[in-house]
Amino acid sequence: MTSGLHVDPLGRELADVAAVLRRSTVEVRTRGTGVGSGIVWDTTGTIVTNAHVARTDHATVVLSDGRELAGVVTARDPRRDLALITVDVAGTPLPAAIVGHPTDLRTGDLVLALGNPLGITGALAMGIVHVVERRRGAPRWIRADIRLAPGNSGGPLADVRGRVIGVNTLIANGLGVAVPATTVLRFLADASHSRRGTGYRAA
Amino acid sequence: MAGPTTTTPAGGVLESLSNDLAGAVERAGQSVVAIHARRRIPASGIHWRPGTIVAAHHTIQRDEEITISLADGSSVAATLAGRDPTTDLAVLKVDEAKVPVASFADASGARVGALVLALGRPGTAVTASMGVVSAVGGEWRTWHGGTIDRFVRLDISIYDGFSGGPLIDAGGRVLGLNTSGLSRGAALSIPITTVNRVVDQLLASGRVSRGYLGLGMQAVRLPAALVERLSLPNDIGLMIVSAEPGGPGDSAGVLIGDILTAIGTTPVADPSELLALLGGDRVGKTIEAKLIRAGEPKSVTITVGERPQQARGSRRGR
Repeated sequence: MTSGLHVDPLGRELADVAAVLRRSTVEVRTRGTGVGSGIVWDTTGTIVTNAHVARTDHATVVLSDGRELAGVVTARDPRRDLALITVDVAGTPLPAAIVGHPTDLRTGDLVLALGNPLGITGALAMGIVHVVERRRGAPRWIRADIRLAPGNSGGPLADVRGRVIGVNTLIANGLGVAVPATTVLRFLADASHSRRGTGYRAA
Repeated sequence: MAGPTTTTPAGGVLESLSNDLAGAVERAGQSVVAIHARRRIPASGIHWRPGTIVAAHHTIQRDEEITISLADGSSVAATLAGRDPTTDLAVLKVDEAKVPVASFADASGARVGALVLALGRPGTAVTASMGVVSAVGGEWRTWHGGTIDRFVRLDISIYDGFSGGPLIDAGGRVLGLNTSGLSRGAALSIPITTVNRVVDQLLASGRVSRGYLGLGMQAVRLPAALVERLSLPNDIGLMIVSAEPGGPGDSAGVLIGDILTAIGTTPVADPSELLALLGGDRVGKTIEAKLIRAGEPKSVTITVGERPQQARGSRRGR
């Protein structure tokens, strides 16, 4: 039996890219703030989410295969609304996301969001880039014409090939607003530098 | 489940669609302008013909000191050539606009199900939202009495800058001018043919003239006995609820409480049917209003006036 979805190339490609994204999207649970989303940033246990999702020092990370891992919030930057959760992978590499290039984004490009809106696990949304807000040429915010809901926070905004271009952070005037992946890379660099140099701890 | 994830392969239909959409935005966005004629967020407009910008009337809140920002980053002063509140269109003139004019789709227009983009420029950058044409109908009359050649309703999200921006197809061709100001905030698109007609009139005379009676009215159901006794064409009439002092209706002797049933031999059971009889060509001519006053038929001859121009746009709407 062949389903209609798999005859249609558009539908098949969407299903494939959703599967790719779903593998690297996690659920982040903390005491008090409820359920948000997160992105598996590397194979060794780095999870990126929003600072407003990971408000406490500890968080539970639920992988797409259902495994629950205990995580420690090792860096928070409320200004960028980003947080880093480190989990102990016990020698098993995690399915890390591929990071894309938000600098190349054009208004009108198709984008996909994966997350846990209103508690629905692994939900996909599709839309387009509404506008990329830039400062001195560098992307500052990605505004997307896409339907998001609470629970998408911390999850990936990706291009059509499943490369993560941003972290879905808030909904403003109906638009999805994402922190660009370039900002995440700077945040991770700052966090690792701080930890080496000054004994940075979660604040 | 181990190791890094791989992306889906390049060159698929999804990627090609994405490139098409971004390409359409880039091309059509060249002729989308930002109009500074209200507080806070600039309104969108389209470089429709060389030196002529079309916008949504309700977003243009002042008639003077209007500047326009173009896609190339330059700013030019604009003058208001005219506005037509009945179709929610305004036309502005600029001396020189070094950006291309819009490229238009053929006259057949939008079809239900067509994938479309709504562009805007509520600031320096062009913005886009995606949706589909959800309904297409024939000619319709707006609440203010304007005629729109085709009804085109969109399933699309309305953000700042929606009104006055173009509806484009995936090839970047303009299908119409969008507005949320004609039907209770619904996303509608005004077809190219209608915009062209209004632009021609506004450039020629600065206004789109419409007939005017200076009467406010409301549909009322008439008692069956009255309908039978007076052999009325239908059981609904328009009760006069306000009359502008010195207006065409008032001057002709129409009183509040009169019930209008027909103009000449044409029955009117809805204000829109009356508006249809008050085109610009009727201004200065007389019409025969068939009334019921105190249960008795009465005929009044009214000289049709010209509808006063509404000064500016409202503050509502995007």
